[in-house]
Amino acid sequence: MTTIDTHASGSHVHATSSPSAVGAFLAGVAAWATTTDHKRIGRLFIGVALVVGVAVAAVAALLGAERITADGYSLLDDDSIGQMFSLYRFGLAFGVVLPLMLGIAIAVVPMQLGSKTLAFARMAMFGFWMWVAGLGVTIFSIIGNGGPGGGSAQMVDLFLLGVGITAIGALSAVVSLVTTILTSRAPGMTLLRVPMLSWSSLTGAVAVAVTLPVLIGSLIYLYVDHRYGRVAFGGNMGIENWLGWSLTQPQTYVFVAIGVGVLAEITSVSSRSRQILRPVLMVGVALVAVAALGGVTQVQHGLTWTGTSSSDKVKELIPFLIFNALPLLGVLIVLGLSLLGLVKNKPRIVAPIAPALLGLGMVLTGMLGHLVSLFEPAALAGTVFEEGEFIYVGYGALLIAMGAITFWGPKLWGRKFPASATLGLGGLAFLGTVLAALPMYIAGFANQPAGVVNGFSYSGPAGLWNTASAAGHAIVAVTVLLFILTALRAFTQGENAGGDPWDAQTLEWSVSSPAPVDNFVSMPVVSSAEPLLDVKPAGSTS
Amino acid sequence: MTFALPAGPRPAPRRQVFIGTGIVVAILSMVIGGMLSLWLRFRAAAPTRASSDGFRQIKDWLPADIKIPEVVTNTGLITFAVACIMVQWAVYAARRRDNSHVVAALALNLLFGVAIVNAIVATFIQMGASVADGAYQSMFFAIVGTLLALVVGGIGFTVATMFKSIGGRAANSDLMSAHALYWYFLTAAYTAVWFVVFVQK
Repeated sequence: MTTIDTHASGSHVHATSSPSAVGAFLAGVAAWATTTDHKRIGRLFIGVALVVGVAVAAVAALLGAERITADGYSLLDDDSIGQMFSLYRFGLAFGVVLPLMLGIAIAVVPMQLGSKTLAFARMAMFGFWMWVAGLGVTIFSIIGNGGPGGGSAQMVDLFLLGVGITAIGALSAVVSLVTTILTSRAPGMTLLRVPMLSWSSLTGAVAVAVTLPVLIGSLIYLYVDHRYGRVAFGGNMGIENWLGWSLTQPQTYVFVAIGVGVLAEITSVSSRSRQILRPVLMVGVALVAVAALGGVTQVQHGLTWTGTSSSDKVKELIPFLIFNALPLLGVLIVLGLSLLGLVKNKPRIVAPIAPALLGLGMVLTGMLGHLVSLFEPAALAGTVFEEGEFIYVGYGALLIAMGAITFWGPKLWGRKFPASATLGLGGLAFLGTVLAALPMYIAGFANQPAGVVNGFSYSGPAGLWNTASAAGHAIVAVTVLLFILTALRAFTQGENAGGDPWDAQTLEWSVSSPAPVDNFVSMPVVSSAEPLLDVKPAGSTS
Repeated sequence: MTFALPAGPRPAPRRQVFIGTGIVVAILSMVIGGMLSLWLRFRAAAPTRASSDGFRQIKDWLPADIKIPEVVTNTGLITFAVACIMVQWAVYAARRRDNSHVVAALALNLLFGVAIVNAIVATFIQMGASVADGAYQSMFFAIVGTLLALVVGGIGFTVATMFKSIGGRAANSDLMSAHALYWYFLTAAYTAVWFVVFVQK
């Protein structure tokens, strides 16, 4: 059986067959909990990640508030501060960015490829539950004083176990996703013809597949060492040294890489044209995934620029550029070509373009910041400047996800997300991101240390920067909450979307909305990268 | 309104199980590769001490009281080589739709898999070391224990494949190739660990 032939299972329980309301509810829950429908699996990832996003932004706002007065009253004790920082960093990277990107890809990519379902759909579902369980265990252990540097030995063990389970969950979903893209494309859809989201999902997922196993290897060592000896890896205080790379740049780029294609996809729909310089665009998308090199090697190639000869400087510059500038170049290419497509044609207003564009812009700002922070004469290492990068990349990914959800939401739920809400919430999230991150860039130049909330002082309005940052996090938390509430309302009671609400070009828009369980009744044959443009009369709208 | 694309014939199957297994193998290779890298890093960072003959400075990495049982580890390596022959025999027989040979090859592979588990456990026992004794010991148990877990996974894969064969799906050469790929990976992983951890120490 292949995923383009028949559906994987009949696990879709019909709630109406149950005699009572409670029975119907339980049957519905069971159907969702054991589903093999990729659209449901993707939506589960997205839904839980958004809820975690609200919590993470709230924690970040609380930490920001703690920093407003560096020597004043503190709500939390010193031990809790460290654990809260761990919670915030782990939550944003593994609880929000990675699952959001994976969820969007799992929900949309099979439809884009002309596939009836996901390859190894049960594995993807297993991955979701593993991710949820791992996330729960990790959060529980951090709250119980068990994160990096935590004081409870059992909870530190549990933390390591939780992170491992989370990573295994994400990898299970990645295996399913990559196999689908490699094996379940419609006839005629070569890899050069896959839609840009599918392409970025492939390159990003491969990058995740080569970096997270390295994390798992480190976790195994850390777990055994912490549980039995605590001599090789520095016990609880060594965890940050050995795992910190997975929660910082450039590893965060790897998580975002899966969703880099979102903007290119929406802009080409907006401009009603085929993608400009498509091979170059594909290279740009793939370049973002080069960030995997940093994750695999766990080396930050900084730039000291202290060599006396030009050959010394070149030797230092080449790895610096390969590891850090290539992903940046990739994002620049994607942004540039997407905007070029809009400029060359007469674009329509497609609201999801706003959050997607702003999100990629935020990611770009984070990447630029990382490049600056690696220039060692700037002396930004260990300051909140690095936290600013992390926020730009993390919240940028959140914005991209908002764009993707509002764009493909009609296909998943059959109803439209209001354009005004898309633009308003996108603008708010953008404002929150800039407010949360930009002051950290400024405070970083003033040498405000990262990971602490008191005991620092520098000339300049420290209170203002930290107040602004806390407010930014709070705005993001409220925005994501509003986004969830708006989505719940819009996707259950909103305006019917119709099959092709954006007059789009890729295969998913050739079926009704919401897409049926098996996506396609007959096998579509593809002869270009924008198959619907081949059959639509010029200038048609629906 | 939607626009329908022309419908086409059902495409030939694209070896989904084999490709999925390939991705899993790539992931597991990164796990083992990452662990070996850390092993090498720790070994390189170990302090030096004078050798027992006093003529050389050597890395103070392997504790003096630990002897790795090389007969057992070498036997494990040879057993892996034989297991590779078994899994390839299963692939060959599956392509010829010869169910009895498929089941025989898989059963023998299962036997060799259990022998490998026995060899790894014997390595632990004959070393006489405890995981809590120091950095070397904890890392040794972590990496070899991970390998042991992967071998147990391979045995599970063999059992599942054998059940499918007994159930009459011997012609599923995609599954059989995937199974063989996993055992080739196990052999490569064991060889790498054997060389770095058991031979070079």
